[in-house]
Amino acid sequence: MSTTQATALVAAREIRVKLRDRTFLISTLFFLLIAAAVTVLPPLLSGGPASVAATEASAGKLRAAGLDVRVVADDRAAEQAVRDGDVDAAVVAGPVVLAMDEAPDDVVSALSTAPPVRLLDPDALDPLVAFLVPFAFAFLFFVTSQTFGVQIAQSVIEEKQTRVVEILVAAVPVRALLAGKLIAGTLLALGQIILVALAAVAGMRFTDTGGLLELLAPAIGWFLPFFLFGFVLVAAMWVAAGALVARLEDIGGVSTPVQLAVMLPFFAVIFFNDNPAAMTALSYLPFSAPTAMPLRLFTGDAAGWEPLVSLAVLLVTAGAVLAAGARVYEGSLLRTNGRTSLRTAWRSRETVA
Amino acid sequence: MNAVTNVLRLDGVDRSFGDRRVLRNVSFDVAAGRMTGFVGGNGAGKTTSMRIILGLLSPDAGQVSWRNAPLTRQARRRFGYLPEERGLYPKMSAREQVIYLGRLHGMDASAARRATDALLDRLGLAERGDDLLETLSLGNQQRAQVAAALVHDPEVLILDEPFSGLDPLAVDTVVAVLRERAAAGVPVLFSSHQLDVVERLCDDLVIIADGTIRAAGSREQLRATYTVPRYELVVATDAGWLRDQPEVTLVDLDGARAVFDLAPGADEQPVLHAALARGPVRAFRPVTPSLTEIFREVTQ
Repeated sequence: MSTTQATALVAAREIRVKLRDRTFLISTLFFLLIAAAVTVLPPLLSGGPASVAATEASAGKLRAAGLDVRVVADDRAAEQAVRDGDVDAAVVAGPVVLAMDEAPDDVVSALSTAPPVRLLDPDALDPLVAFLVPFAFAFLFFVTSQTFGVQIAQSVIEEKQTRVVEILVAAVPVRALLAGKLIAGTLLALGQIILVALAAVAGMRFTDTGGLLELLAPAIGWFLPFFLFGFVLVAAMWVAAGALVARLEDIGGVSTPVQLAVMLPFFAVIFFNDNPAAMTALSYLPFSAPTAMPLRLFTGDAAGWEPLVSLAVLLVTAGAVLAAGARVYEGSLLRTNGRTSLRTAWRSRETVA
Repeated sequence: MNAVTNVLRLDGVDRSFGDRRVLRNVSFDVAAGRMTGFVGGNGAGKTTSMRIILGLLSPDAGQVSWRNAPLTRQARRRFGYLPEERGLYPKMSAREQVIYLGRLHGMDASAARRATDALLDRLGLAERGDDLLETLSLGNQQRAQVAAALVHDPEVLILDEPFSGLDPLAVDTVVAVLRERAAAGVPVLFSSHQLDVVERLCDDLVIIADGTIRAAGSREQLRATYTVPRYELVVATDAGWLRDQPEVTLVDLDGARAVFDLAPGADEQPVLHAALARGPVRAFRPVTPSLTEIFREVTQ
């Protein structure tokens, strides 16, 4: 049997076990619901014109403005309708606009004469969208790489802790074990991300109002390859971290550096998302590139060649970290008694013949 | 299989962990078709030796050969191994993981499934085979572990404490399965600290202490080598006269029953004649030393 076949067997087992894991299934469902909710709900909630109570005298102008007008007998009834929460606002004699705690802009503007407005940057993003989209990308990469990374580490530790690793290593090359785990983890994570992306796209198609999908599509398209290599980078670190400990309880001792390597870029992207210079730097740093570069593409800051260069940097880094992770994995996998130091693992002479 | 060439041989194996020398010039054979018991106290080097055979550790010096050639990874894949510290995947059923391990050892899916079903049946685990491993009793987990070591019909079996945790009935089942494999020409090396079990099972014996091989060979050969000739005599009356018999050292005297050692090279027949001359002899037989006694003697 070749190493490739062994790798495929290992990966198939990892995936089979994961697909039966209730926690995994629930978390996937949860993500899909969030993606659907985030894209479908806001337009629905904010949608619909404001309802306004008015006497027949002032109703015409309000109807003309596209508001949902409820005709009432007199001003008292109009005020009562607002107090009862039946309508958002009322227009009474004066005219005076009544509302509970917030001035109803659309009612006010329906009754006012607005000066002409000329937009100098008509394509600028809705500030809410401009905040939500970066957050969504960063959050998705952060949570997914963290969750699946930890699961890869747990799977490594499980094999060490149960000593099944001794049987495995006697049967197949260590590299096949490592590759099988990484491939399975990456496929599952990427699969989940693609499902979430599909749910988000479907949601936007369903409710799309402002052409957001067209704006987002290239960012989503670039996010996938960046996610793929970014995940491999993080997963290689998790594999090494997992191999260093012998018991699941000890994972805390080695996971912090890996978690920081994902968490710090996450917060950096969130905090600096409106600072072009910082974002340019972040979009080339391997740990933040998977979120920062798609964002710069989304906001239109990045030139066409930039994602390619950034992706190349990420790829090289992921390759190097993978090679280092593999060496640590091989050097510590069979040390099933307690914690192995990084130094020992790195210099381990145990080459399984 | 060819019994002459199918020999697993350790030759001058050394191994240290840091400053601690765990194995020193360890050499022994595991012959085809024979059950070789590997005994030694805790920390004597049994597990380290087995891990070196399986390629999980590399020796500092010396080598392991199989069929007169240095062991390769390909050859090791045809070995069956039961590690000292047990463990399979807790969240998989016994059947599923035994099939998986069979496939990792190079079997195709249907062959692995057939072999697994046959083994689980044989080991009395067929009914619980689809339960998650973590829900099985320790004894049943141990049976699954044995199945995992045997599924790919290994050419060599290396079993580290295969009987610990098994009830007597399960021991008999596992013993029967292992004997079958040995009868088919497979060299079987098993370690145990239950010397009575080893005594009952092994054809050959390797005794290790402090990382050195103290004795190795067939059970009978070791018995002959490592003890002075000892006899038991039961006569009709008092056996006290043995005290004055030349070349006899009394070990135990209890009225008509005596246990004595003969001087090396001495013949036991004159003692029998002397006894017959004094009256009826109820019993006269050599006392074979137990494995425990040999073990004590060679490891002291």
